[in-house]
Amino acid sequence: MKLINIIPLLIIVPLAAAFLNSLFGRIIKRLGGALALVSVVISCGFAVYARIALEAVPDKILVYKIGGWVPPFGICMVFDGLSSLMLVVINLAAFFIMIYSLNYMEKYTDKTKFYTLFSLMVCGLNGVALAGDLFNLFVFLEIASIASYALVAFGTEAEELEAALKYAIMGAVASSFILIGIAFLYGFTSTLNMADMAIVLSQKHNIWVVSFVSVLFIAGLGLKAAMIPFHAWLPDAHSSAPAPVSAMLSGVLIKTLGVYSLFRILFNIIGASDNYLGMLMFLGAVSIVVAGVLSLSQMNFKRLLAYSSISQIGYIVLGISLATPLGIFGGLFHLFNHSIFKPLLFLNAGAIDYAGGGTDLDQAKGAGRFMPVTAKTNLIASLSISGIPPFNGFFSKLIIIIACAQKAHFGYALCAVIGSIFTLCALMKMRKFIFTEDAETERKRAFKEVPFGMAFAMVCLAFLCLSAGLILIPELRVFISDAADVLLNGTGYGDIVMRASLK
Amino acid sequence: MTLYLLCMVLFCIGLYGVLRKRNIVKIIIGIAIMSYSVNLFLVLLGYRFHGRAPIDAHDQTITNMVDPIPQAIVMTSIVVGLAMMALLIAISIRIYEKYGTFDITKIKKLKG
Amino acid sequence: MAQLKPGMSIIVQSISRLTAGMILVFGMHIILHGHLSPGGGFAGGVIIALAFVNLLIAFGAKTGISRVSENLASNLETVGAMMFLTVALLGFLGGTFFLNILSKGEAFSLFSAGTIPLSNISIGLKVGVGLFAIFLALVILEKARK
Repeated sequence: MKLINIIPLLIIVPLAAAFLNSLFGRIIKRLGGALALVSVVISCGFAVYARIALEAVPDKILVYKIGGWVPPFGICMVFDGLSSLMLVVINLAAFFIMIYSLNYMEKYTDKTKFYTLFSLMVCGLNGVALAGDLFNLFVFLEIASIASYALVAFGTEAEELEAALKYAIMGAVASSFILIGIAFLYGFTSTLNMADMAIVLSQKHNIWVVSFVSVLFIAGLGLKAAMIPFHAWLPDAHSSAPAPVSAMLSGVLIKTLGVYSLFRILFNIIGASDNYLGMLMFLGAVSIVVAGVLSLSQMNFKRLLAYSSISQIGYIVLGISLATPLGIFGGLFHLFNHSIFKPLLFLNAGAIDYAGGGTDLDQAKGAGRFMPVTAKTNLIASLSISGIPPFNGFFSKLIIIIACAQKAHFGYALCAVIGSIFTLCALMKMRKFIFTEDAETERKRAFKEVPFGMAFAMVCLAFLCLSAGLILIPELRVFISDAADVLLNGTGYGDIVMRASLK
Repeated sequence: MTLYLLCMVLFCIGLYGVLRKRNIVKIIIGIAIMSYSVNLFLVLLGYRFHGRAPIDAHDQTITNMVDPIPQAIVMTSIVVGLAMMALLIAISIRIYEKYGTFDITKIKKLKG
Repeated sequence: MAQLKPGMSIIVQSISRLTAGMILVFGMHIILHGHLSPGGGFAGGVIIALAFVNLLIAFGAKTGISRVSENLASNLETVGAMMFLTVALLGFLGGTFFLNILSKGEAFSLFSAGTIPLSNISIGLKVGVGLFAIFLALVILEKARK
């Protein structure tokens, strides 16, 4: 089938899986997991194939016109270098987490609803990555957000409900800010298509609307991305949710809904000025240090991992807002790396929880002695996230630090190094309690290794951690440098999309 | 111009409700007021002077209509707001079962 | 809490029984004329849902749930969603996703504008039954709490 027809299938297949699940899942018992797994396999295959096939397309961009209407009169879906990077990240993570959750969700009732909500969330994330129209982006963002609010509350314990309420209220406020920003942009340019808006905005010379809208988007999308000072919902939500949901939220959702949308709008549509990029750099550096410090004092290891998520998002934001080719390459490479090792860390935490260790560091003491697969994959993931060579985290953090030093921001480079040290300390604290101390004798009998599905997912992610450093060789480097080129083009995005849509 | 400013004032009233009220139901009403004010602002953006409703018929011309795109945006936004309200209310009813109160200063099991 | 009598008084019950059919017909008129006059799928769907909610409030929760149970509501809603996805996928027969492939007919008549009335009907079914299912879920939650 032609490449251009695959693009809408990335949205249709998870959506159809969600609807079929909710209709037939109650009648046929095992159907829920099987249908969701098949849909995730299909969309992952399509995403990887489309990324490889994009190399052969001239201009490396494909525009799918829905209903045959040419933009700016119709809605379009844009598949360029940045969208393809996000799609590979989303679908690969969803594939491994789905394999894991087939075994993990045995302990919960009403599994059909979990698979329906998970498929809806994947559909929403794919839609955000493919959106070519600003209001389409908002609608898919809302689909993914509302599905994630329901997934955080899935177990309906008291803590999960409280965390879901905080997350939902703050997310609703952020969505209102984003919608006001879209309303102002529409009122000023009288079009909703992102490419057309880029062309119109580069010709007009009014100042105040662009500044006002930039602040609104940084506030609204910054809350979805969990930067400091908008981070307050993340420790509660990611520590109380079931482990596959935490992995999906921390590994994919905050990056797609927050970082990707923010930088797509700021770089490609509005054409951000140096003031706002400087502010984002400052917020990124503050996120790295403050969240690193806060993660050191946690005794609940899922909360510790949640704070380290905020810290790594700071690295990504710092890297991309440098706006130099090396900086954007480093930021996007760290985005790809983080979505491999952070789900692995959360899946390890879920495995310890599944084996009966609870979520407190004091209770889970010594669990790792009896779980060799979990212990080894946790070692690989901890070394990756702290930036130890030759794992993948080292390369991306090194590139970000070098890019900071190239632009003479030595303070931010120092912040990045300090944050890395804090991350190493926090992860070593977690490893000391869980994997190297001795368990109390009456709990020793309960800890045993996790089932095959969970172990397979963890081992695959660990293998990707080891080999993702190979992306730096020149043939594979185009995977990330294509995405960096799209962001560096700035408002030239509009002309490229308009030209590609006429074919 | 004053109409747009009044929409922003309504948005700030909703934001005040979310930030300063202690009862969960009042916070949810604040979120609802915020989304209504954004919808109102969007519909007002479409107004043209001496415009009429954008409905086409046999004997009408298509000049001097108001803008129909914000009306489509507002339709979608109302549906999204409805789904959000339903989810928030269901979560807060379950919280009342577990904690016994609607006061957010007492719902504090997750700390640090 | 005091024990609630099932439903409301006899006057409210008779009037609800008489007007429920009219409200349903009005809702269906708004759905079917979605491409000619304001309204369409969502507005008509809300009106249809309100007809059922009217009956539920007037006759009490037990009678209402025995007529339209929550399983039936949930399944019907998913059927509406699948119909919408099918209408969108029919566009693939003509080339692109969501293309309008049926004949457009003459302007401003009822059977015109291709697949738009079909989309309106699917959305009306989904929204109507979905809103009623949300209401049913909250009612059942309240009853289970007592």
